[in-house]
Amino acid sequence: MMIFLIIILNLLTVLFLPFLMIGIIKKTKAFWGGRYGASVFQPLYDFIKLIKKDFVISNTTSTIFRLTPLISFAAIIIAAVFVPLISGTAIINIPAGLIVFAYLLALGKFFNCIGAMDTGSSFEGMGTSREACFTSIVEPAFFIILGSIMALSGNYTFESLSKITTNAGSYGVLIIIFAVLALFLMVLIEGCRVPVDDPATHLELTMIHEVMILDNSGFDLALITWASGIKMLLITSLIAKIIIPTGSPLYALYYLITIFLVSIIIGTAESSMARIRMSHIFEFIFIMSSFALIVMSLVGAKVFGG
Amino acid sequence: MNWIKIKNNTKVNLNDIPTLDIDDLRNEIISLVTIDKMRPIAFFGKDWGRGQVKLFVALADDGQNKPAAASDKEGGFYITSSIFHAGIKSYECLTNIIPSFHNFEREFFEEFKIEPLNHPWLKPLRKMGDGKTNYPFFKMEGDEIHEVAVGPIHAGIIEPGHFRFMCNGENVYHLEIALGYQHKGVENLMVQAPSNQLIESIAGDSVIAYSLAYSNIMETVKGISVSNKAQLIRKMALEMERAAIHIGDLGAISGDIAYLMGASVFGATRTLVINTMLEFSGSRFGRGLITLGGVNFDIEEEKIKRALKTLDKVESDVTRMVKTMLKNSTVMSRLEKTGTISTERAQELGLVGIAARASGVNLDSRFDYPDKWIKELNFKKEKFEGTGDVNSRFQLRYKEIIDSISMVRKIFEKLKEFKNEPVNSGYEVLSKENSKDSFAISVVEGWRGEVVHIAMTDNSGNLTRYKIKDPSFNNWYGLALAVRNNGVSDFPLCNKSFNLSYSGFDL
Repeated sequence: MMIFLIIILNLLTVLFLPFLMIGIIKKTKAFWGGRYGASVFQPLYDFIKLIKKDFVISNTTSTIFRLTPLISFAAIIIAAVFVPLISGTAIINIPAGLIVFAYLLALGKFFNCIGAMDTGSSFEGMGTSREACFTSIVEPAFFIILGSIMALSGNYTFESLSKITTNAGSYGVLIIIFAVLALFLMVLIEGCRVPVDDPATHLELTMIHEVMILDNSGFDLALITWASGIKMLLITSLIAKIIIPTGSPLYALYYLITIFLVSIIIGTAESSMARIRMSHIFEFIFIMSSFALIVMSLVGAKVFGG
Repeated sequence: MNWIKIKNNTKVNLNDIPTLDIDDLRNEIISLVTIDKMRPIAFFGKDWGRGQVKLFVALADDGQNKPAAASDKEGGFYITSSIFHAGIKSYECLTNIIPSFHNFEREFFEEFKIEPLNHPWLKPLRKMGDGKTNYPFFKMEGDEIHEVAVGPIHAGIIEPGHFRFMCNGENVYHLEIALGYQHKGVENLMVQAPSNQLIESIAGDSVIAYSLAYSNIMETVKGISVSNKAQLIRKMALEMERAAIHIGDLGAISGDIAYLMGASVFGATRTLVINTMLEFSGSRFGRGLITLGGVNFDIEEEKIKRALKTLDKVESDVTRMVKTMLKNSTVMSRLEKTGTISTERAQELGLVGIAARASGVNLDSRFDYPDKWIKELNFKKEKFEGTGDVNSRFQLRYKEIIDSISMVRKIFEKLKEFKNEPVNSGYEVLSKENSKDSFAISVVEGWRGEVVHIAMTDNSGNLTRYKIKDPSFNNWYGLALAVRNNGVSDFPLCNKSFNLSYSGFDL
C-alpha cells in the first residue's frame, strides 16, 4: 500500500513541480524587472498548448530526429524513478542508483546531441559542441560529490544522502554546505540558466540548450521542455534530500519549501548578474568541480583521519 | 581651382563645380585625404546624357588638423567632379590607397558599371547579383574551420541581412556581411516624389535626422527661411531622438548579456522619452513633426513643463542604472575588451558617429559644421577617451544621453525668447529661378552618426539627383572587423553596440 502512495506522490511531483519551478523562476525575474509577469502556472499552460499542436519536421532529418524527444524524455522519466522526491524515498531504491541515474541523464543528453546534429544546421552543431563540452566537465564533479557522500555510509543508495550529519559528525555541516553549493551550480548548468545559458534569449549564436531544439515543435517540443524541467527538479530534489533531516514527518512540506527557495534564488541570481562570456563558462563549471573535491577531501578526512 | 569649398547647408551652382580628368582627380583626392586629413562623404555618379557619367566627389574637412586655438574651426566640404565619356569603363581605384573609399567605389561600380581597377573587394553592395550567380563569399579552407550562416531571416524582429562567420571552434576568424535585401530605390523615388513622409520612412529610427537633413537641403535649394522657434524645436527633437534611441540601445546591450534589470529599466525610461515626443508631435518617433519651412506643431508652455519633469526622472534613472551596471563585475567582464576597434583602424575605415567617437576619433558634425545655436547656447564639444570596445560604446552612449538631455533643457529655456514667432514660415513655392542648377549639401548628426544628403536640380529647378549616405554605410565594415578574434557568441553584443541600420544602408 505504501509503495502505491509513493508512486502516486512522486508521479504528481514529476508532473507538476517542474512547471511550477520554471513558473516561480519567471515570476521572480518579473518581480526584479518591475513587472507583474505571467501566472506561475503559465509554463504548464504552454505545455498543454504545445501538446495539442501539430509538428513540422525538416526534410533533411532522419528517424533519429524523430526518436530523440521520446528517448530523452523516457530516459529522464526513468531516472526520476531512482531519485527520492516529495515522499522522501525513491520508487526503486537500489544500491548504485546513482550510476543508473547519471547515465540515464547522459543517455538523454546523448540523444539530444545527435538529434540536434541530425538537422544539419550549423547553429545546432555549435550548440551541441558547447553542451557536450560543458557536460563532460560537470559529470565527474557530480560523481565525486555524491559518490563521496555515499562512501561515508557505505550504503550506496540515495537514502544515505540524508545521513551525512550522523555519519560524518563534525565534518557533516561543511560537507552539506559544499555539496549543496555544488549541486546548486549543477542546477544552473544543467537547467541552462543564467549565468551559463540564457533561456530567454532569441540570439541563436549565444544559445546552448535552446539552439539544439530549434527544429523541434509541437508535441516533441513539449516533451523536451518537460524533460529539461524534470532534470532541474531531480537535481534540486537531491539538494532537498541532503538538507532535510531523516525521517522528518513533515518531509513533503520541507521538500516543497526547498524547491520554492531554490527557484527564487535562481530567479534572483538571473536578475542580478549578466551571463558569463562563453569562454569563461569553464571557469564557472570548475567552481563546481572544486567544491566536489572539497567534499571528497572532507569525507576522506573523516574516513581516514577518524 | 580644382575644388569648390562650401559650408554645411549651402548650395553652389552646378556649373561652378570644377570638372577634372579622372587621373588628376585621383591624385587630388589622395593628397587631400592623406596630407590634409580630409575624409570622403560622397562619391557618386549621375547620368550625364549620351552615355556619359559624371562623378561627384565631396570631401569633408572637419577642422581636425587645424590647431586647437584656430578661430575658424568651422569645417566645410570640398566638391569636385569628373566625367566619364561613353565607352570609358574603368579607372584606377582609390581603395588600395585609401580604404575608406571601398564602399563608395563598390556603389559607383554597381550603379554605373564603371570598374575601379584593382579594387580588393569588388563585390555586390546592395544588388545581390543577377540571380544566377551566388554572392562571392570569402572562403577559408581547413578541417577545423566551420561556417555559420545567420539570416537574412532572423529570430526576433530585426531587419534582413546575411552574416557569414568563418570560425575555428568558438573563435571568429572572419565575418562577412551581405546586405541589400531591402534595396528599394529610394534615391530615385526622392527625385520623382520628394516628401518628408518618404524621407522619414528610410530609416525608422532616425526619423528626425533624415527629415531634418531633407528639410535643410530643400530650404537651401529653394531659399525658404525658417523661424528661430522652428529651428530650436527641430534641434530639440534631434536631441530627444538621440537620447531615446541611445537609452533603447543601452537596454538592448543589457538584454544581450542577459542582465535583466538593465533591460527593464532602460526599456521603461526610453518609453518616457518617446512618449514625450508623442505629446509634442503625435508620433513617438517624431514622424510628421518637421516640414519644409518649419515644424508642424507648436510646443506649449504646459507641455514643456511636463517634459522637463520627465527628463529629470529619465536622467536620474538612467544614471543610477548605468552606475550599477558599471560596478557589476559580471557585466563589465562581458563589455570590456569585446569587439575592439582601434583608433587607427577606425580612421582607416572611415568610421563615423558613435562608432568613431568610441574609438577616439572625435568626429561630430554638430560641432564640426556648427549652426548659430551651437555658439549661442554655448554647447561644447568634448573628446571622449574611448578604447573602441563595447564598453566604450556603452559609456559613450550614456554620456551622450546626459549631454542631449542638458541640451534639450537649454533649448527649452531659449524657446521662451521666441514665444511669439510662428513655427512655420509657410511653404510657398518661390520662383523656380531660385533653385536652378543647384548642388546643395546637408549633414546632420543623427544619433548613429552623420547623415549626408545631397540634392541637385536641373535648369528648371526640379530635383534630378538625390543622394543619401547613412552612417551605417561607413560603419558596417567596422562591425565585421570588430568581431574578428572574438567569440562567435559575442557577435550579438558587438552588433547591438553598433546598432547599424539595414534600411538606411540598402536604400
